[in-house]
Amino acid sequence: MNKELTREERADALGGMGCKRKRVEDARFTQGKGNYVDDIKLPGMLHGDFVRSPYAHARIVSINAEAALALDGVIAVLTAEDLAPLGLHWMPTLAGDKQMVLADGKVLFQGQEVAFVVAKDRYIAADAVELVEVEYEELPVLTDPHAALESDVVLREDLMGEGGSIPDGAHGPRKHPNHIFTWEVGEKDATEQVMGEADVVAEEMVYYHRTHPCPLETCGCVASMDKVNGKLTLHGTFQAPHAIRTVVSLISGIEEHNIRVISPDIGGGFGNKVGAYPGYVCSVVASIVTGVPVKWVEDRMENLMTTAFARDYWMRGKISATKEGKITGLWCHTTADHGGFDACADPTKFPAGFMNICTGSYDIPTAYLAVDGVYTNKAPGGVSYRCSFRVTEAAYFIERMIEVLAIELNMDAAELRRINFIKKEQFPYQSALGWEYDSGDYHTAWDKALKAVDYEGLRAEQAQRVEDFKAGKTRKLMGIGLTHFTEIVGAGPVKNCDILGLGMFDSCEIRIHPTGSAIARLGTISQGQGHATTFAQILATEIGLPADSITIEEGDTDTAPYGLGTYGSRSTPVAGAATAMAGRKIRAKAQMIAAYLLEVHDDDVEFDVDRFVVKGAPEKFKTMKEIAFAAYNQAIPGIEPGLEAVSYYDPPNMTYPFGAYVCVMDIDVDTGVTDIRRFYALDDCGTRINPMIIEGQVHGGLTEALAVALGQEIAYDEMGNVKTGTLMDFFLPTAWEVPNYETDHTVTPSPHHPIGAKGVGESPHVGGVPCFSNAVNDAFRAFGLRHTHMPHDHWRIWKTANELGLHG
Amino acid sequence: MIPAAFEYYRPKDLEGALSVLEEHGDDARVLAGGHSLIPMMKLRMAEVPHLIDLQDVDGLSGISIEGNTIRIGAMTTQHDIINDVQLASAAPIMREASLQIADPQVRYMGTVGGNVANGDPGNDMPGLMQCLDATFTLVGPEGEREVAARDFYEAAYMTDREDDEILTAVSFEAPSGGYAYEKQKRKIGDYATAAAAVLLTKEGGTCTAASIAMTNLSDTPVHSDAAGAALVGTSLDDAAVKAAVDAMLGDIDPTQDNRGPIEFKRHAAAVILRRAIENAWARA
Repeated sequence: MNKELTREERADALGGMGCKRKRVEDARFTQGKGNYVDDIKLPGMLHGDFVRSPYAHARIVSINAEAALALDGVIAVLTAEDLAPLGLHWMPTLAGDKQMVLADGKVLFQGQEVAFVVAKDRYIAADAVELVEVEYEELPVLTDPHAALESDVVLREDLMGEGGSIPDGAHGPRKHPNHIFTWEVGEKDATEQVMGEADVVAEEMVYYHRTHPCPLETCGCVASMDKVNGKLTLHGTFQAPHAIRTVVSLISGIEEHNIRVISPDIGGGFGNKVGAYPGYVCSVVASIVTGVPVKWVEDRMENLMTTAFARDYWMRGKISATKEGKITGLWCHTTADHGGFDACADPTKFPAGFMNICTGSYDIPTAYLAVDGVYTNKAPGGVSYRCSFRVTEAAYFIERMIEVLAIELNMDAAELRRINFIKKEQFPYQSALGWEYDSGDYHTAWDKALKAVDYEGLRAEQAQRVEDFKAGKTRKLMGIGLTHFTEIVGAGPVKNCDILGLGMFDSCEIRIHPTGSAIARLGTISQGQGHATTFAQILATEIGLPADSITIEEGDTDTAPYGLGTYGSRSTPVAGAATAMAGRKIRAKAQMIAAYLLEVHDDDVEFDVDRFVVKGAPEKFKTMKEIAFAAYNQAIPGIEPGLEAVSYYDPPNMTYPFGAYVCVMDIDVDTGVTDIRRFYALDDCGTRINPMIIEGQVHGGLTEALAVALGQEIAYDEMGNVKTGTLMDFFLPTAWEVPNYETDHTVTPSPHHPIGAKGVGESPHVGGVPCFSNAVNDAFRAFGLRHTHMPHDHWRIWKTANELGLHG
Repeated sequence: MIPAAFEYYRPKDLEGALSVLEEHGDDARVLAGGHSLIPMMKLRMAEVPHLIDLQDVDGLSGISIEGNTIRIGAMTTQHDIINDVQLASAAPIMREASLQIADPQVRYMGTVGGNVANGDPGNDMPGLMQCLDATFTLVGPEGEREVAARDFYEAAYMTDREDDEILTAVSFEAPSGGYAYEKQKRKIGDYATAAAAVLLTKEGGTCTAASIAMTNLSDTPVHSDAAGAALVGTSLDDAAVKAAVDAMLGDIDPTQDNRGPIEFKRHAAAVILRRAIENAWARA
């Protein structure tokens, strides 16, 4: 007979929360057995490809597809004229604007979709694209949002009223034809008064350049319309499959029950795969027209040039303080470049996302934020690249302003942070810009981080380096980058968070099988986050069945419960909560079954890891496995057969993960080459579900932060040509460029989340970008630098050094 | 990123390859490692109706060292160069430079011949070959001829090679003295922001010979005779090094791109050359 296991051994056997469970997804990914959109091949499938505009702003004079249509194997060439009768030549954006599916008379950015070629294979489609003759009449190009607000050139005639009047947009009044919205939060007059009366005011323009999420797998879909049963199946790279189903139904008129959206394996999203793209609409139309499946998969250049970009925020800031360094106020005006269409992916009531988290980790009594959205001749987007809506922008802004204020006050930047942190006892904390921070212990995290890196020792070393540099003994400077960030993730409460009217709850549905294994389906979709691993761990702990016996399934709208998808670190805060709550429903029913089987009252049994035991008599128990079998196979009076549960979770609040990061960097003043000597990252994401997955997420987020801070950008020339459309110029770091990361943590659970978890996938990116940038800026502080813009690539660092007179 | 249609040829011998070239003229191109040509075809910046893959052609690969003369077949990969112990000993600059080309995956495919024959100013081998004063062997319908690397490059992608010729080998005398290949690049896989190949000989504290070539700082590689001459006969004191750097700056003509403006590139070129000279001198 087997030895009776201890309580701890039984818990370990479940592989539940807190253990380093190996990723169940990796077996297929590491063996090349993943199933991505481009792996899907359906019988008779055709291939679509776009004719794209070489110009950033031009009128379409004519489109001649004769030669393309004459090519053997070309089935169709769709233009806006073909889509107009269906009302599909424009589509709604997630931001309440509309976007051309195919150029309707003009183009507004380089690479814009002009015509859609459908052919028998991918090669013929590409040949046919070359044969479509488009005549353009070039128009003046606007690439600078500040200039766009002064220009007579109207980019969006479709949004103009009669006699040159400017009708309101989706977010209120517009003050110029190229203006999209003004969004204001906080107290303008009070903030300006505080600024006027302050001992010290630091002012700076902080530009967060345009970049791109650049997932390894580009965007694509396979649309398949079955004309016999009227069902449309759409496989695609969708971070929000249910939302896509609803949007497709709304714009196509196909009833939602006749649409099945499937997100197969997704090779990274980072926000790039949240929205809807012309390729999806054209593929659906082409499949409806031809009656066979149509595949469209963009190439790397198309991905970088046309699908959703990130950032492009010009943030002018003022921060005021007493001469002792106590911050009294924060003022920010942001000019947001949204490109040719407003296709930002933000909750409807937040046209600049959660930019109003820009008071950061600090107790700032008075604040004001205004954001002006602007149209330019650039690609649309403005998605949250590995962050909750515009939170990277906010964190970068405040963490740069703190550094500038430290310079203004001639104070140590670590100490300035310390004296302004929100204190542990102030939580839940009401911020001046309207958020209720759920929990935090910033001082503990900060002290732990500074101690871990020997902060004082680093500063002493840096001071010596400056002396050595001045004495001509070295040409390398040393920068110490500090960041304490606070995120706002887990959107969100339906009362104030929706996208296109869809409330941002999420869901989980669990079926326990008779033999004690289970399947759980969620409204989210993993793109590499490891949901199949971690959600099974949550359930294992909640329902007492081994994680290895629980299948997690996502991404098929015919089977998964409705949810808003995966982005903004919302999976664990929202769907993870739904999973725990659904698990608790299972447990509640299991308790009744156990009580019946043990012949005691419901209240006389209690849950114990993997079983219910009779209170006070732990030798009398029924395991969850036994209970599952009984649930299906034993007639129990007053209890329905089966063991299933569903939970739709509307979170009461967002979660507020935070972290303390330190970067130590050496900079070659003569070449601008940077060398990251050390990177320490302390993350507090509340309850930790799988430490190994957290560590992987931190490594990934930091690497994308390094990319953005040190070189990754979507740059345009004056004509609106994209200068960084390939991976030769668009910086995607490899193992070679990445330093060794030291990870650490504190645990401050969320008080309102069922398991106290806050979300972690995006924290390292949000905190990492300002940390790398602060290190570069800090290296030159001793030579008079206040602020220099990212990306900090070699020549820009060299230029900074040059302007400071460091090249002799 | 889908190339136009092309005919694919895979001849077994040089004659077979040459006959396709002869038949199709500039409609035909030979394919070595493919890391320049295939992306150009996929971007449809190069139309190649007739593509001749050289990988099955006999006798185009391999490194031979006879006496002081080193001959490297055109289809020899950078990976082969890095791992050839005898070459590393006879001409260590070849290994040092090859290790700075792209990444291991590219180096498994990338060849010496492709690198030098394509005429891409970003490639590292052309400057290196000029530094080594290498000779290129070209075979065409008229037979075999040899061209000095220093005379081969005319402009970006324009070389002395005729459309019906194939570059079959590079050869050079094993260098003596100190060497260095210094390269600044933004990331692994990138072309140089500035790169310098330097060979020096030292006798009794005096520089007796110097060869200096720069990469990606003009539309061709730049062998700066003046820069080398500025070092010869000196003890590489500050003034001599400065004179060499100034001479090099007189010979390069960089353009602005995403790596930075001209002013920065000239500064980087000076820094990289200075470091390469110091490094080579220390090894001489």
